Amino acid sequence: MRIGIVTFPGSLDDRDAARAVAIAGAEPVMLWHGESDLRGVHAVVLPGGFSYGDYLRCGAISRFAPIMTPIVEQAGDGLPVLGICNGFQILCESHLLPGALTRNASRHFICRDQHLRIEDTTSDWTCAYAPGQQITIPLKNGEGCYVADDRTLDELEGTGRVIARYLQVNPNGSRLDIAGIRNERGNVVGLMPHPEHAVESLTGPGVDGLGFFASVLQSLLSRARP
Amino acid sequence: MGRVVVDVMLKPEILDPQGRAVQGALGRLGLAGVADVRQGKQFIIDLDGELDDERWALLERLAGELLSNPVIEDYRIRRDQDGQ
Repeated sequence: MRIGIVTFPGSLDDRDAARAVAIAGAEPVMLWHGESDLRGVHAVVLPGGFSYGDYLRCGAISRFAPIMTPIVEQAGDGLPVLGICNGFQILCESHLLPGALTRNASRHFICRDQHLRIEDTTSDWTCAYAPGQQITIPLKNGEGCYVADDRTLDELEGTGRVIARYLQVNPNGSRLDIAGIRNERGNVVGLMPHPEHAVESLTGPGVDGLGFFASVLQSLLSRARP
Repeated sequence: MGRVVVDVMLKPEILDPQGRAVQGALGRLGLAGVADVRQGKQFIIDLDGELDDERWALLERLAGELLSNPVIEDYRIRRDQDGQ
């Protein structure tokens, strides 16, 4: 399985995302923001960082990068897409996911190992976890406060589209303690904390993040079977 | 030449931590009774050539698509007659 990782100007975590994909057992394919060909990848990761320096709004300029046209198009046909941190912001700006991410309520940039509860295991990126499983992965953001209007929040909650929630501490003021959400179909997932930084015990708080990448492999393989 | 000004503000119901920080600083610098501060953005767009209806329509669209995010922000767009 080939999983594409997009590098925008200012992406930081593209290498770690590629490494996580490889550790999970897939082939990482580096994609460039200025291209408009997904090179036949089976899934796409939009990594963390500060694309375009976060100018204007986080993700607002990246949304119009040439590579986003086929991503938005194929996401509509079921291509699995995971946006991590800045990638989540790009997915919201692209309207692939509802809501928006605004400045942390505390005004501080937060960098910590964050406890999460996996709330939904029907998505392409969470199906390898157990429902309610608690995991710990790094969180690092300045604008991670998830907001949406009440109707959208009710719909996300009512349809099980909150895929992960902050446990113990809500680090950024996100509504409903939301750490990650999915689209209706479950192929597009946005997540503020960083699973790609928790795939090797030497360099992270554990290997709890691997499940996101194992999930998409499991999901792609089950699709491939007749 | 035409000048167009777009003001973008966070919607009233969205928390504005930057505004809060400024509010605190104003108080610390002696300004009592600051009820609220909201911080926004202003775009001043100078155009070569005439601002015809077609360009105005495109600018109006881009003010909502690029310059602001309708989920969290409101915008106001206007022609600035005094612009150079």
